[in-house]
Amino acid sequence: MDHFPGTWGRVGGTKSPNLASLLTSPQPRNDVYGAYDASYLQTSGPKAHTSSPAVTGTSVVGVKFNGGVAIATDNLASYGSLARFSDVKRLRSFGDKAMVGFGGDVSDMQYLDRLLESMDIKENYSAHGNMLNAKNLHTYLAKVFYKRRSEFNPLWNHVLVAGFDGQGEPFLSSADLLGTTFSAPHLATGFGAHLAVPILRRKFPEELPLEEVTQEAAVEALKECMKVLFYRDARSIDKYSIAVITKDGIDLKEDEQIQGQSWAFAERIKGYGAQVV
Amino acid sequence: MTSLIGQSENIGYSFSEPTSANVKQHSFYPYTDNGGSTLGITGSDFAILAGDTRSTSGYNINSRMVPKVFKIGGDDETGDGAQILLSVVGFAADGNALKEKLDTVVKMYKYQHGKPMSVSACAQRLSTILYEKRFFPYYVHAILAGLDEEGVGALYSYDPVGSYEREQCRAAGAASSLIMPFLDNQVNFKNQYVPGSGEGHALEPVKAEPLPKETVKALVRDAFTSAVERHIEVGDGLQLMIITREGIEEIYHPLKKD
Repeated sequence: MDHFPGTWGRVGGTKSPNLASLLTSPQPRNDVYGAYDASYLQTSGPKAHTSSPAVTGTSVVGVKFNGGVAIATDNLASYGSLARFSDVKRLRSFGDKAMVGFGGDVSDMQYLDRLLESMDIKENYSAHGNMLNAKNLHTYLAKVFYKRRSEFNPLWNHVLVAGFDGQGEPFLSSADLLGTTFSAPHLATGFGAHLAVPILRRKFPEELPLEEVTQEAAVEALKECMKVLFYRDARSIDKYSIAVITKDGIDLKEDEQIQGQSWAFAERIKGYGAQVV
Repeated sequence: MTSLIGQSENIGYSFSEPTSANVKQHSFYPYTDNGGSTLGITGSDFAILAGDTRSTSGYNINSRMVPKVFKIGGDDETGDGAQILLSVVGFAADGNALKEKLDTVVKMYKYQHGKPMSVSACAQRLSTILYEKRFFPYYVHAILAGLDEEGVGALYSYDPVGSYEREQCRAAGAASSLIMPFLDNQVNFKNQYVPGSGEGHALEPVKAEPLPKETVKALVRDAFTSAVERHIEVGDGLQLMIITREGIEEIYHPLKKD
């Protein structure tokens, strides 16, 4: 392992370094590559905070039904337009009746996951056990987001929290990097807000009482949404995770494959790229 | 490890060498506009605060049911016991933070003094809370409502940094420019004159008087149904809170969802 970042990716050069010299000093190899641009590794100057996310997850989709909530994300973590990690689980459980679906920066997701896990452990060691429900969890996360944005050091995520509120009713709510919160019978982040929400609103109109939305219908609708998102969201993948939260606990499936794809419509799409007629 | 020490007495990592490269500016913008509109009108023995329930981000509707009018100083879950109303419109996360801060202040006042905070005191305190963040403001237009010491409807409106004033009526938020002129005419009787009272400047203006509650409720509904037609960020539902000596009444009316 070369421990000098200044030489990474700067192989070769006129002098081929021997092992001993590599271990003791960096080889700038400026003769081949020019002076190393270390501007991104400043150790002085103003403290830099996240100004854009790096490795990101795309949409999170969630829907309430009679007796619980279903929530889904795909398993991709992108690095810009590169599909970098294709087996990243973006649904994280909290306690035994709450789930968080993360969109946005994956390292911030992992930080928040550690934060929530330590809180869960601390709660479980206390005399009363973990009594925090999804509504409490959502309030907490929203306050963490709001605090960090107020420090100009945001956690670059948009999350959905699913579970139950204090009255035991199904709970689904959203929080984002600015601390903005809102709640609705069906929610989606990112691309899903454009593509999945209209599907869910058509299937489960807001006038429709929650009692008439079954678990099966909710899960089917989510699978449909994940498929449509895979068709049209370029930062998505056909492997996804889906969780169903009911009074009995969480049923989490993390290695699902989008079923029944049809690309027949693609043949009819004309007018893009080099194709003229 | 001597070889790790570079020329500049620093540890000789290749990346610690000084460069003249531009410092990268971070471009995180901590605000967003969640749309919506609010409106408050007072009468001789009541005050009404209203707001639509839509929450937006750009052209997206986040949710059709996000209230903008809150009871201040009441029970956490039910709001029982509150005697002050607050509406916030603008950046919703700041609005929530402001509401929670004011709620805590009003509760602490009651615990420490053994009496509820007066609306005028709360109004002054809200101004201070807003001004405390003068250089990183709560990006909201707040309206505070209640009954004053005489039991007359009291309404205070604020700008994001705490300038405030007591008024008869005020519209705030996305459709304020649509609603406020309507209120000037229908509540303060601006541009209304007594027929046949004279010519030109001799015309006698109609004198503004406090309106009855039912008239005001109708005005509020008319203001919002009209605003919904002409502003895309306003709609879905109308939340009305009416404070009288009997307490706070909360009413919900559906608005167009398009």
